[in-house]
Order: sequence, then C-alpha cells, then structure tokens
Amino acid sequence: MKPVIDFIRSLFLLELWKGLSVTGRYLFGRKITVQYPEEKTPLSPRFRGLHALRRYPNGEERCIACKLCEAVCPALAITIESEPREDGTRRTTRYDIDLSKCIFCGFCEEACPVDSIVETDFFEYHEETRADFIMTKEKLLAHGDRMEPRIAANLAARAKYQ
Amino acid sequence: MRELLHPWLGFLPPLAEELIYILIGIVILVAPLMLCVAYLTYAERKIIGYMQVRIGPNRVGPRGWLQPIADALKLMFKEIVLPSASNRFLFLIAPMLVLGPALAAWAVIPFDAGVVLADVNAGLLYVLAMSSLGVYGILLAGWSSNSKYALLGALRSGAQVISYELGMGFALVGVLVAAGSMNLGEIVMAQAGNGFIGWYWLPLLPLFLIYFISGVAETNRAPFDLAEGESEIVAGFHVEYSGMAFALFFLGEYANMILVSAMASLMFMGGWLSPVEGLVPEALLSVPVLGWLLGSGIHWLILKIAFFLFFFLWFRATFPRYRYDQVMRLGWKVFIPLTLVWLVVVAGMVLAKLPPWFD
Repeated sequence: MKPVIDFIRSLFLLELWKGLSVTGRYLFGRKITVQYPEEKTPLSPRFRGLHALRRYPNGEERCIACKLCEAVCPALAITIESEPREDGTRRTTRYDIDLSKCIFCGFCEEACPVDSIVETDFFEYHEETRADFIMTKEKLLAHGDRMEPRIAANLAARAKYQ
Repeated sequence: MRELLHPWLGFLPPLAEELIYILIGIVILVAPLMLCVAYLTYAERKIIGYMQVRIGPNRVGPRGWLQPIADALKLMFKEIVLPSASNRFLFLIAPMLVLGPALAAWAVIPFDAGVVLADVNAGLLYVLAMSSLGVYGILLAGWSSNSKYALLGALRSGAQVISYELGMGFALVGVLVAAGSMNLGEIVMAQAGNGFIGWYWLPLLPLFLIYFISGVAETNRAPFDLAEGESEIVAGFHVEYSGMAFALFFLGEYANMILVSAMASLMFMGGWLSPVEGLVPEALLSVPVLGWLLGSGIHWLILKIAFFLFFFLWFRATFPRYRYDQVMRLGWKVFIPLTLVWLVVVAGMVLAKLPPWFD
C-alpha cells in the first residue's frame, strides 16, 4: 500500500506544495533587516572594536611599557619601544598596533595590568591607505581621549563579569 | 494606425511604408516588454527578499523603484571582456541568439481579440520553434567561451532544453486537440463562454502542470537552473560574459519567462478572457467602470501573466536545484508518459463532446 500512497503523493506534488507554503508564509512575515546606517543593533559592553590608550583622570597616560600586551598578542600586531622619562618613570616611546594584523581577540586588554590598552565599541573606522592602519601612540591616545566616557561606562558595565 | 499615419507616410513607396508600419509595431511591442523585463528583475529581488525575511533593494529611488534603471546603466557602461582564446564572432553573436528568438516569439502572442502583431495560423508551432532556437545561443555561448565551466553549462542546458521540449510540445498538442486550431487567438476563443470553468486548465490539468513545469525547465530557471548552477559550475554558460553581453542573456531569460507565462495564460487560462465572462448578466458589463473591469480585456491577460511569473519567483525562493540525472528522469520518464496518457484522455473527451468544454 505504501508505494501506492507514495506514488500518489509525488504525482500530486504534495511535498512541493508544502515547501511552497512555507516560503509563502514568510512572504508576509515580519522582516528583520536592519537598515544599517540609520538603524543599528545594540552592542555588548564587551564588544571588541577599535583600540584606545587611556589616561588617568589627572591626564597622565596609564601605560607603563610593561610589554605584556606585546608578548601576549597572538598576531604580533603590537610593537613597543620604551625609555625612562625625565622623572624616572618608564614610558613607551613607540606604541604601534597594526590593525591589518590585529585579530581583535582582546588579549591585550586582558593582559594590561593598568587598564591602559582597551578595545572600544567603536567599529566604524576607516583609513585610506594601508600605512594609516598602523595605529601609533598618538592616535591611540587620541581615541582614548575622545571616547573615555564610553570606555569607562563599558568597563563599569562588564566589571562584575570579569 | 495605418489610417492615422497614411496621410504623412503616403509619399513613400508602398514597400517602405509597410516596413515603417512593421517597425512601429515591433517598437510598440518590444519597448513595454523590455520595461517589464527590467521590473521583473526588481520584482524578483523584492519577492525573494521578502520570502527570505529581508526587504530587498530599497536604496535607489523611492522604495528602490529605480534599481533596474541603475542596474541597466551599470551594465551598459561596463567593459565586455573578450577571453583571448574565445571564438570572437560566436562569442558576440551568442547573446543576440538568446535574446532574438525570445523577443521574436512575441510576434504571434495576442493581447486581446484581434490585437496581435502577426495573426499567423501556425502560431503555436512558431512559438515552439522560437523557444527552441534560444538553446543555440546558450550552446554557442558555452562553446565559444573556451572555458570548462561554460562548456559544461552549455552541455547540460542543451540536453535539458531538448528533453523538456518534448514534454512541453506534447502538452501543447493536447491544447491543439482540444481547440482544433494552432492560431493562438482561436485557441483562446475556443475557451470562451463559460467563465473560468470553461478554460482548458480543468480538463487538461495534468498537461497544464506539465507545461508550466517544462516551461520553468525550458527557461533554465530554478529548480532546473543546472545550466547556470552557480554553486557547481560558477555561472555555467555565461561565466565569461560581462557588461551588456551578459545583460542580453539576462534579458533573454526574463523575456522567456514572461513568454512562458503568457503562453500558459493563453493556452490554459483563457488568455484575455474574464473569469466571469459568460457567467454574469450582460447588463452588468455595461456598467461604466465595473463592466470594463469584469469584461474581457488585456488587463486580465496581464493579471494572469503576473500570476504565473509570481510562481517562477516563488519556485526560485523555495526549491533546491535538481540533480542532473533527476532532471532527465523527470523529463523522460514522468512527463512524456503522463502527457501521452492524457492526450488519449483528451482525444476521448473531444470525441465524446464533453460539456462544457468540448460541446
């Protein structure tokens, strides 16, 4: 009996109609497209986007040139050179992150003992040449200065999970 | 039209005047058709987008209405790359061989009683001939590109189109037997008188379904798009094409889709006939606007064509591609036997003068 039923089912294209009804239902379903530049999806406070170097509230840069981030970076994207400053503290003279190497794993910010290097939730950056994708110390500090309120808020939001 | 233009064109020799009339007729037919093709691509992207829970193109112009124009402009300004090892003459003539027959077949399609470019008595044969000619363009495109993917696509397409031509032809022979004419206008008129029940889709239901499915296969549309098969053979026969040459293949494919839909409407769904024609009292048809809407006319044909075109897009959004041997099995071992059996049934129905279709 089963072969006969199967034959009739395939002859009347039953399964194909079932498939058509599924797509037919979705035709009238709610659309989930996000109109990107106008609408944006919410971002997690742990989002890992563009890097920034932070400062203390008194304006002193946090980075102490311990080079832990350089050591942990799996993509070898970070290059650091350091020298003692006039006041005797050790500071970076060069802090480069090559964004075309970076894999945005976030290890650098986890390794940082002074919360200096962080990844912000800003991801809509663009540069015009490949050389511009090497973020120098000045650029990273500028990112930090510009986005400090956002960075601080995100760090506070995720503090209890870390 | 002739009476209107004769005072201006009368000074020309009769042959030249006739030629101008023919050209005007062709332009009147082809220009709206090309516009329909352009907006069919838009409808396709929108409908498939909606079925995939997206919203489709919406950036060019209000709601994306100018998207086809932008696409056309882009394709026109792109370079036509000629592969160095290709056969240039065939490479360039192949897209024209695809588009040409697809447009030529429209000459015999009637849009309303008597509104047809060429009222040929062998219209059905002409349409079949033209729709088979399109495969030459695909074969030549695949061969002249001198690329393995294009050649594979062309071979698949050739075998597939020839196989499905048979099922399609037999399905139309059923219509031929039922209507007793090969003139498309007469076939439509043979279905008149009983509203939508009198159309041939009911007595010829298996042939109708087989015709439409073969039509999908004939136009190389999903789920029968093995000739393109972008996931297996990149883009099949038109991998090497770019710019306007590629656009011609596209235009040909969509013009063929509209043609198959138009043929399905004419053969099985009563063409320009209204579904309530012969069912509502004559007095209702003389009411100003409602009467025109309910009466037979080109708007019903356009509605029916749009209905079938929607199915083309719906299929594409729903079905995965057939495997090659399954396509062949379906064509040769299912469709042809089914049509042959139903041909005998149709002949019996015609002999028995089965009402309301064949009395």
